[in-house]
Amino acid sequence: MADKQNSLPGPDDIYREVLPNGITVLARSNFNSPSVVVSGYFEAGALFDPDEKLGLAEYTAASLLRGTINRTFDEIYAALESVGASLGFNTGVHKSGFNGRSLVEDLPLLLELLSEALTMPTFPKAELEKLRAQLLTSLAIRAEDTADMASMVFDQILFKGHPYSRPEDGYPETIQNIKRSDLVKFHREHYGPRGLVIAIIGAVKPEEAAKQVRHALGGWQVKNQKETPELPPLKSLKKAVSKHHRVAGKSQSDLVIGTNGPMRRDPEFMPALIGNNILGQFGMMGRIGDVVREKSGLAYYAYSSVNAGLGPGSWEVSAGVSPQNVKKASGLIVDELKRFVQEGVTAEELADTKANFIGRLPISLESNGGVANALLNIERHNLGLDYYRRYEGLVNGVGAEEVLTTARKFIDPDKLVIAVAGP
Amino acid sequence: MKDVLIQTTLSNGLKVLLKEIHTAPIISSWLWYRVGSRDEVPGQTGVSHWVEHMQFKGTEQFPANMLDKAISREGGTWNAFTYIDWTAYFETMPADKIDLALRLEADRMLNSRFDPEEVASERTVIISEREGHENEPLFVLGEAVQQTAFRVHSYHHEVIGDMADLRAMTRDDLFNHYRKFYAPANAIMAVAGDFDAQSMLALIRELFEPVPAGSNPARLARPEPPQTGEVRLTVEGPGATSYIQVCYRFPPASHPDFFPLAVLDSLLAGPSNLNMFSGGISNKTSRLYRALVDKEYAVSVHGGAQATIDPFMYTITMTIHPKRHPEEALAALDREIQRVRDEKVTREEIRRAIKQARALFAYGTDNITNQAFWLGYAEMFADYSWFQTYLDKLAAVTAKDVQRVANEYFKPQSRVVGTYVPLEGKT
Repeated sequence: MADKQNSLPGPDDIYREVLPNGITVLARSNFNSPSVVVSGYFEAGALFDPDEKLGLAEYTAASLLRGTINRTFDEIYAALESVGASLGFNTGVHKSGFNGRSLVEDLPLLLELLSEALTMPTFPKAELEKLRAQLLTSLAIRAEDTADMASMVFDQILFKGHPYSRPEDGYPETIQNIKRSDLVKFHREHYGPRGLVIAIIGAVKPEEAAKQVRHALGGWQVKNQKETPELPPLKSLKKAVSKHHRVAGKSQSDLVIGTNGPMRRDPEFMPALIGNNILGQFGMMGRIGDVVREKSGLAYYAYSSVNAGLGPGSWEVSAGVSPQNVKKASGLIVDELKRFVQEGVTAEELADTKANFIGRLPISLESNGGVANALLNIERHNLGLDYYRRYEGLVNGVGAEEVLTTARKFIDPDKLVIAVAGP
Repeated sequence: MKDVLIQTTLSNGLKVLLKEIHTAPIISSWLWYRVGSRDEVPGQTGVSHWVEHMQFKGTEQFPANMLDKAISREGGTWNAFTYIDWTAYFETMPADKIDLALRLEADRMLNSRFDPEEVASERTVIISEREGHENEPLFVLGEAVQQTAFRVHSYHHEVIGDMADLRAMTRDDLFNHYRKFYAPANAIMAVAGDFDAQSMLALIRELFEPVPAGSNPARLARPEPPQTGEVRLTVEGPGATSYIQVCYRFPPASHPDFFPLAVLDSLLAGPSNLNMFSGGISNKTSRLYRALVDKEYAVSVHGGAQATIDPFMYTITMTIHPKRHPEEALAALDREIQRVRDEKVTREEIRRAIKQARALFAYGTDNITNQAFWLGYAEMFADYSWFQTYLDKLAAVTAKDVQRVANEYFKPQSRVVGTYVPLEGKT
């Protein structure tokens, strides 16, 4: 039988190198499939967006493959798609990122295209206008999506006055405000090797992967790459806030109920994650799923999540219910949150969740994409290369009392945000 | 390194496929039943999917709440899928815990309770699931197109079923469906991962052979008569975005024409990805993207081929550009369809489609769950050799084949064209 502990990534099989220009390379080999995943992030997230041009970071990232000094849009994708490879960019609040995949024989091509996209995009005018129409259509579709809208309204209330209140994809009017010169300027000021992390997982030796990254991106130098701005402090909620955002003509409403959560680096992160699993994940969506779906038959999905990153997080419960059941479902969810902070979790629930976290780890790490995410997670949050080998101990170190203290620290059932989108 | 593969059939008719893969301490087991929404008559649409939900509601040995906790406690992941042709249940577990998943599947093949109270509460869950689908314009459009394409064949309704039937079906309807189709003689067990095949087979024998064989019920299959003219339809709904879905007739996966059509799909719309646990690739240099999105008739275009038992559909779905009328996009599409009917594709385009398929297959082999999925999935519409020889069959496709199937299947008179008309600004 394959060895359990050694199948997890650790210091002996994760390759890590910081290139002279600041790029961090992570690599781990997997020769089970003749393919390779290339994934990473860099410091050009939506935090930099001016309010009136919200969506600028995303628009910029989406433009990178629309043309480079060496190739047109069509030539870039012809090169990728002819060999069954893929490459795409995405944008978060703090970072933007990329994900690519190819047969291992095409890794040099994939890295060459990644390098061109990052270092020499040309932002061709005609392509930018096509892209703008696509972005605006996505926003029109978002406006009709009850889950997206409930989530957006939730963030606007919970993070009021903070950059996290803003959707990274912007609003129609802010996308309309963005000019080509804005994209060029954003790229010039914020794209650079400092803070760029790239993970390569697949049928290639780590040293060879690193060599290929050095070849493709080792020479990239950018002067005056701007520092990421400091996050302003978050004002905590003073009272409960409810908002219903009307989306007419829909047969289901979505609701998001929640409050603030820990940052990834906070000591409360692991207790919150474990508590949350009991609250709204374990088995068929934990206690929330049991009450809202299994016992009451009110929803197909009802679950909770802890979103913890570089800044203040959120702890939220989401559900999709019939419009006439919004009040009933909200009541049940708030009652469960009350019970959670009053009673905490039982020893049995805690043991179940710990076993679940430890047991599922190898499964979450079996694909190249899963390993790439794990290595990027280690790097982003400075967890140490032995993190996944230590993970079992970290999980087992959390007690019921800690879960309860953490729940009480963050969740005040009298000061929740309740966001609903639907008819 | 050659993976060990065993295929055998137990005395009660349960077909078993086992593949040893020793790359991680993980095993993925899949139990497939030959039952899907095509086996449903009006009044009982959605029953297969609802039965699938009830399979999570417990047996005497594994009561409802204990079942999911037991799997989760061991770090397993599990789920089930109901499709038009089949229903599948899978568990991916740490290798030393797979015994639990197999015992559970053997038990619920025969002993699910279908408690009336659980049936009642699941009714509203499934209605809520359907309401969630109805929020999506593309579900509403797709449902209308599919029911128009199939008047006679039971492929005509969505897997989730019609709301009227979801409200009216009884516990006995569900239970009878379960008893009729859930039996070893109508099932396939496929397991891949970190085990010794002979020991795994012994375990499966021990757990599944005591289950009575049951029958292998005939599939409902009223052949759809040839379509004799294009059908157009519109559906209206909220929003500001128009969509068009065009559906052509497509042969079953076991038909030789499936492979030249797979090549055609690849070059028209980018390759359809048949993997369940591995993503596809972009389609920005496909002919339809170039003709529709690059030329700004649409903001996206996707093609979808599916592997089915009986002839099903090939759908092309376009999100219309906000400045265009849907008819303009349709005309642009028609020019491209005419081109593949009139002109031979190049050898280079075929070579490219094969490489794309090879890459997609390679991506699908980096996780055990997806490899286990293929073992049984291919058996649902052909057999495992269909999967093993897929790339060879693509490699044998010629430009002449592609042109022939383009003319045979992409006929204007055998298609359905559906348009989603957004009501925003009109009311």
